[in-house]
Amino acid sequence: MEIFKKVKIFDFVAYSKYGLIVSVFLTLGAFALFFFKGFTPGIDFAGGSSAQIRYEETAPIIEIREILDTTEGFKGSQVSEYGAKQEVQIKIPYNNLLSGKNLNVVLGDLLKDTGKFEIRKLDSVGPKVGNELKQKGILSLVLATLAMMLYVSFRYEWRFALASIVALVHDVIITAAFVIIFNIDLNLEVVAALLTLIGYSINDTIIIFDRIREKMLSNKSNDIIEVINEAISHTLSRTLLTSLTVFFVVLTLYLFGGENIIGFSLPMLIGVVFGTYSSMFVAPKLAILFGFNIQEYHEKEMKKAKKREEKKRLREMYENGRV
Amino acid sequence: MKQVFNFRLIVFLCAALFGIAFSIPSLFQTQGPRISLGLDLQGGLNLLLEVKTEEAIKAKYASLASSIGFEAKQKQVILDRLRAKEDGVVFDIIDSEDAKTIDMVLSKINGIITQKQEDSYNIVFDEKEIGEIEKNAVSQAISTIRNRLDQFGLSEPSVTQQGKSNILVELPGIKTAEEENRARDLIAKSAHLQMMAVDEEHNARVHTMSALEAQKYGDVILPFVGDDGQDFGKILLKAIPILDGDKLTDARVAYDENHQPVVSFSLDSQGAKIFGDFSGANIGKRMAIVLDGKVYSAPVIRQRIGGGSGQISGGFSVEQASDLAITLRSGALPAPLEVIEKRSVGPSLGQDSIRASAIALISGFVLVVGFMIVYYSMAGVIATFALVVNLFLIIAIMSIFGATLTLPGMAGIVLTVGVAVDANIIINERLREALRAGENVMRAIQLGYANASRAIFDSNITSLIASVLLYAYGTGAIKGFAITTGIGIIASIITAIIGTYGFYQAILPKIANTKSLNFWFGIRKD
Repeated sequence: MEIFKKVKIFDFVAYSKYGLIVSVFLTLGAFALFFFKGFTPGIDFAGGSSAQIRYEETAPIIEIREILDTTEGFKGSQVSEYGAKQEVQIKIPYNNLLSGKNLNVVLGDLLKDTGKFEIRKLDSVGPKVGNELKQKGILSLVLATLAMMLYVSFRYEWRFALASIVALVHDVIITAAFVIIFNIDLNLEVVAALLTLIGYSINDTIIIFDRIREKMLSNKSNDIIEVINEAISHTLSRTLLTSLTVFFVVLTLYLFGGENIIGFSLPMLIGVVFGTYSSMFVAPKLAILFGFNIQEYHEKEMKKAKKREEKKRLREMYENGRV
Repeated sequence: MKQVFNFRLIVFLCAALFGIAFSIPSLFQTQGPRISLGLDLQGGLNLLLEVKTEEAIKAKYASLASSIGFEAKQKQVILDRLRAKEDGVVFDIIDSEDAKTIDMVLSKINGIITQKQEDSYNIVFDEKEIGEIEKNAVSQAISTIRNRLDQFGLSEPSVTQQGKSNILVELPGIKTAEEENRARDLIAKSAHLQMMAVDEEHNARVHTMSALEAQKYGDVILPFVGDDGQDFGKILLKAIPILDGDKLTDARVAYDENHQPVVSFSLDSQGAKIFGDFSGANIGKRMAIVLDGKVYSAPVIRQRIGGGSGQISGGFSVEQASDLAITLRSGALPAPLEVIEKRSVGPSLGQDSIRASAIALISGFVLVVGFMIVYYSMAGVIATFALVVNLFLIIAIMSIFGATLTLPGMAGIVLTVGVAVDANIIINERLREALRAGENVMRAIQLGYANASRAIFDSNITSLIASVLLYAYGTGAIKGFAITTGIGIIASIITAIIGTYGFYQAILPKIANTKSLNFWFGIRKD
């Protein structure tokens, strides 16, 4: 089976103009969301407790709310349905009164008149752990990004590295904005999703950059726009196929993975779309905007090739015993 | 024969055999290295404890004070106001001429700095010693907890250090709130046993005395819980203990004359001597048995107690007494622990999670494989083969390293399936491209792999760099995810680039002149 029988060259660079406008617009929107609405930090970062309780019958959410609202230490708790009618999630903000107590028992006692239930999950995180996580999360994120940028610079060119990193940050920012839109708590799963997205997005960009480099070295064309268009067009079938398979894999995770993993699956679902889009319409265009000069690149490569040639010649001479 | 088995195919087959062999224990629960399921998948209790190292230092100062006091008494030097503070030990000497003797005593103690002002001494630990105490406090806490949990008979508890002063305790199989409570007590109980002298002189006024006043006498006020757990109020004790729990050699459950369970303990020879000397010199006075800052009993000493054994009674149930014996036997915690993070997952949720991830994994896999075969025909079948081996390899490598499979780890595997397919897609697309350009099959395969490998290497190495950093700096969920993706990437390089290439090389003689490109690669040439 074939979808793209013949490679048609599309003018991606021309479309990228609109892509950039859309991206700038979306990024600004995302920043507005960060600024005006902000993330809802989950217990992993803010500290506090989160309980997941399953009732045998429909969960009496209103009753639970009333009980918790009138109990010292549980004020400000959020009670919500979680995946199914029988299941509730209770989020209890960090409270000194509760620290050191065994919440399993306390909650069990408090709610014992609300019906038969089972505490399926109970997480408590101290505020100090949350802070440490925040620092570690940011540190690992920054280090991972820097290391990837270094590698791309080493393999390609610094403008390409910069372009890929900007595109990647763009993907992460927009995906993070969707985390706010869908009201997902900022927990470790979300962080894991964003980190995966970084890997995925750079992967996608590199495949295209690799093609661009290959074209630059094989055609002696000095028109970077032409080279980019050819490269993206040639990798188009691969890009779409891969994105679709990853998209479907993540989709099954989203559909069957259950409520517990939604903080991972939903951001990934969105991230895959933006990661694909940005590697085609944002990253290459950015490399041009950053002042990538194909002539300079050719000259440099030529010099490198000459040097290699020279070395080879010397070695041959040496091996033939003429030195 | 030589043409069939090329170097790449052999690597691939070895990888496949290795993957299958080491996956079997995990998949069929047989003997051998197995992947352990994370607590989020099998249910259990996960505690992150912080060791209050500053308390360990405080305790060290207390024991430093008591040993200085002991030495001084031996040398017949009278010390005034000997006191252990949070950040040092202070005392005065009455007779300035004793300074030489005291200096000599102090010079024999390692790791301390003596600050002296006329006859007042202030002794603190130096930086190295403090670092040492903190380090020991954590490692001792870990071995103590391990010891206790082993004796408690829990299946496969794991106790590991996290960061500088945190300890992660994972207890699979804890199901009920009672079990949880008991385990938690067992872990966090400091089990600090002390014998202290009752200050009979001032004890009568204990109920009106302030803590500050007690301190002036060199005393402390402690709650007296009494024999059967009832509240007896307070009791005034000499702050510097006669004996510390570190002289304890054994503790076990016994029964008193009323057939109530008590915990009897024995002391080592040094402890027995101190115990004997003290009891001999203080007949008619009371001595308190203090556990974790609570006085359990304060019997009057009727005669010198030799042999170095005693008992703690406190209206315990048999279970409580046996847990207490375990905690005493396994040693005191050098510093109190605070639970700073607790995660518990019920077994039913764990099962649901496993089911959900299995469905996601299998359906994702079927989807991808179905698509690959439909789209790429035989090339898709070969890719599928590589993908299956890839999964086996992930399981095998994780089993060998004893890695733990968590929910985010499952997500990592699901994602790896997606990304591993990418490598195959890139290769197949390049292959087709070369075929369309009019190359013959052999050349197309060579070109396809040469071109694809470069891009795959570049992208995989960047992802690998990211997973290594995530593993190094991430915590918990992020680590679990980084492990599976990292292993997945390596496995995908082995299976996709090396493995499938070897396969093509093996069957090349067969397909070199094939007319049926559609059957092998899913394309038609016009």
